[in-house]
Amino acid sequence: MTLTFTVSPDFNTKYLPGWFVFNTWLQRHLGVPTHFEVFDGFDELHRAMAADSIDIIYANPFDAARLVRDHGYVAVARPVGRPDEAVIATHEGSAIHAVEDLLPGTRIATTDDPDVHMMCMIMIEPADLNSGNVAMFRRDNYVLVAKSLLKNEADIGFFLAETFDDLSGPIRSQLRVLVRSQIYVINHLLLAHPRLGAQIDQLRGHLLQMGNDAKGAMALQDVAIKAWESVDQEDVEFMIDLMVALTVTA
Amino acid sequence: MRDMTIDDLHGEPGVEHWLTYADGFRRRIYVVDKEIPFPEGRLIVSQTDTAGVITTANQSFVAMSGFTADELIGQQHYILRHPDMPAVAFKDLWDTVSQGKKWTGYVKNLRKDGAYYWVFASVVPNIRNGRIVGYTSVRRKPSRTKVAECTALYRTLVGQS
Repeated sequence: MTLTFTVSPDFNTKYLPGWFVFNTWLQRHLGVPTHFEVFDGFDELHRAMAADSIDIIYANPFDAARLVRDHGYVAVARPVGRPDEAVIATHEGSAIHAVEDLLPGTRIATTDDPDVHMMCMIMIEPADLNSGNVAMFRRDNYVLVAKSLLKNEADIGFFLAETFDDLSGPIRSQLRVLVRSQIYVINHLLLAHPRLGAQIDQLRGHLLQMGNDAKGAMALQDVAIKAWESVDQEDVEFMIDLMVALTVTA
Repeated sequence: MRDMTIDDLHGEPGVEHWLTYADGFRRRIYVVDKEIPFPEGRLIVSQTDTAGVITTANQSFVAMSGFTADELIGQQHYILRHPDMPAVAFKDLWDTVSQGKKWTGYVKNLRKDGAYYWVFASVVPNIRNGRIVGYTSVRRKPSRTKVAECTALYRTLVGQS
């Protein structure tokens, strides 16, 4: 049986070759064929989730919560020291200097990344903004969000912080951070479908030792992960409760 | 939980109040008319057991409350109760979450030094194996418009049981 492995579509595309290498590493250590499925966007991923066709996933917190609670996925590991944070940025020359400067009708460039969108919507609440009084423009990726700011098609943009920090120098220098989240406790999780049974413990064991051999260490470096750490069910339940609390609109 | 003392106020002028909590416990507090702004981009996160005793507190909670983590853990969450908050708000909170539902509201919290900070709070029950085993509270930066509305509303409700 071939296992299907995928990664939340919010990953930085510069790490795509790294995830292929990671898949090869997975296949070698699990001793079964694994297919790395790359989804173009969250709609495609969510269709695959609904079809129950994913065996192993490096999931963003929002999808991880759904997969664990609704589909019984098991949390295997999380990356060490890599919380998901979000950035709201504006054009460097913008007259907007604080969240409280934002007014109804603000034009927002965003992606379909659910947790970044949620965190950023929370960060604009102090300005009395919500999905009903802003103009939202969906972009396919964060580079296009940045370009929307540079072309004055949007007043602010929502970014995954690590992707914002990785934007090229010429783009980054024309943008200004309005606010950066410092939540620390929300992160991606590597999950396995319960049908993997005993292979889940095997997978966890390999991941926790991954940095101890040269090939594993290089595979980790190629996806910008320092190491994996174990997560217990209560860690995951806590993160899910947090996500539930955050999905409440003020 | 000890009474507050003048020493907690670090030289700021404070007004004495006696609070009686829902469980009948009485405590002297001092209130200082000074707001500490909610930090940008942060969330205050804590968990309690089913009796409202704090079991976890994140760094933002510690920083904003003015207490140390050791002073918070093991205390009733009402250690943060400000006398400007109406008792009916907390009754509504407990009535809601004990039924397994989410509660949200704007809350004025008391700091250890008598100052205060406003939050938009969401409280969710922690349901494990079909049973409520505790609660998670997440507080975020509130809208000033909503804070102004709640300040006026709560003034009319304080004193009602």
